[in-house]
Amino acid sequence: MTPLLKVEALSKHYGRHLGCGDVNFTLWPGEVMGIVGESGSGKSTLLNCLAGHLAPDTGRVIFETRAHGPRDTVTMTEPERRWLARTEWAFVHQNPRDGLRMGVSAGGNVGERLMAVGARHYGEIRAQAEDWLGRVEIDPTRIDERPRAFSGGMRQRLQIARNLVTGPRLALMDEPTGGLDVSVQARLLDLLRGLVRRLGLSAVIVTHDLAVVRLLADRLMVMKDGRVVEEGLTDQVLDDPQHAYTQLLVSSVLQV
Amino acid sequence: MSDYNFAYLDEATKRMLRRAILKAVAIPGYQVPFSRREMPMPYGWGTGGVQVTAACLVPEDTLKVIDQGADDTTNAVSIRKFFARVAGIATTEATAEATIIQTRHRIPETPLTEGQILVFQVPIPEPLRFLEPRETETRTMHALEDYGLIQVRLYEDTARHGEIARAYAYPVRVEGRYIMDPSPIPKFDNPKLHNAPALQLFGAGRECRIYALPPFTRVESLDFEDYPFTASKAAGQTCAICGAEDSYLDEVIIDDAGGRMFVCSDTDYCATRCAAQAEDAA
Repeated sequence: MTPLLKVEALSKHYGRHLGCGDVNFTLWPGEVMGIVGESGSGKSTLLNCLAGHLAPDTGRVIFETRAHGPRDTVTMTEPERRWLARTEWAFVHQNPRDGLRMGVSAGGNVGERLMAVGARHYGEIRAQAEDWLGRVEIDPTRIDERPRAFSGGMRQRLQIARNLVTGPRLALMDEPTGGLDVSVQARLLDLLRGLVRRLGLSAVIVTHDLAVVRLLADRLMVMKDGRVVEEGLTDQVLDDPQHAYTQLLVSSVLQV
Repeated sequence: MSDYNFAYLDEATKRMLRRAILKAVAIPGYQVPFSRREMPMPYGWGTGGVQVTAACLVPEDTLKVIDQGADDTTNAVSIRKFFARVAGIATTEATAEATIIQTRHRIPETPLTEGQILVFQVPIPEPLRFLEPRETETRTMHALEDYGLIQVRLYEDTARHGEIARAYAYPVRVEGRYIMDPSPIPKFDNPKLHNAPALQLFGAGRECRIYALPPFTRVESLDFEDYPFTASKAAGQTCAICGAEDSYLDEVIIDDAGGRMFVCSDTDYCATRCAAQAEDAA
């Protein structure tokens, strides 16, 4: 089996300040990896480098494309990268406002990616949009409403539907449950877990919420000050943390 | 007249404009930036079209100017007089006699021929403008053919109105590449853009953009497979003056009691048909 994503010696500086440094990891098909760490530890920088939103200073990001096998997404051309972003990647923003078009109906939001890759049959686009709204537990009769009319949790689910409609293989999620209350978080996590398992999706989930990674992630990477300080199976890292920072992180979680 | 250089603009400016026009013709549908000049008329009155016309004019040209299809509206009359004065060229109202036609919001009904130039006045050249406000981003989208968004707009129309409700400035795809705003012509005129024997130039003065359709260019109106493009006009109406069934009609309110009539928007086409009918009757 070939890895879906292979990251080698990835570094990104903001001027003299280190964003993330010397990150190496391999993501296998169907695997979910969590990245935890405090604010400013370089999690989002890393995720944005993986998604092509930021250009890393050094390092390689080898992605196993459907059409052309393993390709370095750092050196490929912008059109190729955008094509991958529309077809094989999903990017879920923390704030659904960043990932949705707030002035466009739910159906249009879900259909955009389909139309961007060439779908030109209105009836089929709409049928697929309805199907996906159902899968993320949004009433399909609300297909013509704009995201403004939706609650925070619904918006986040709509964003997920919009991203998954073209059948991507890699989902990059930046704090997907941030800003939602706990019961809505629980439903969203449940949904995400179901989708990831059913679609055989690989995912990289950035979060500072250890409960999220405990539920979703197979493997865990802990970052501090732009460096990866600990890496391993999720349960292993959370139950037997080795690095001082990880120990602090795990012990900081409130026990109810 | 001798106080002005031929066609108002100085030669260096005309050369700059011609370079932009040549580039636009070389890349059909691509918006070429140019450095606009102050014109003796306000923005929104066709400064872009006037500058393109000035750059194309030669002393032998015959100019026709139309506004919403009519030769006798304020905008058309003033631009025609302007060029008659600063360039001393011949003017006409007959589509077939003109070598350059400057137009706002219409393409003449009489089919254009090889050798004619049609100059459009364009208010907003960017077809993606109301979908994506950032110019840097729309340029990137054009460069990368990232056109999913404009289809989203057609989707929204279809979802809300049951059809693509856009009646004018209906976006087109040029030679399977650039998406272009054909200026606010009614979608009835869109099929005339396709494979036209005349050179079609588009000038946007306020936005400093020139784009072009060379003769015999493939121009397709965007649509859905199950909601195809239709070149619509006032349904079931004919021109009250000349009886034309195939021309684009203006609705004119004629009294305070709800009375209305439909007449050809192309005044030259209507007058020509009336003259022919009078001749037949005689």
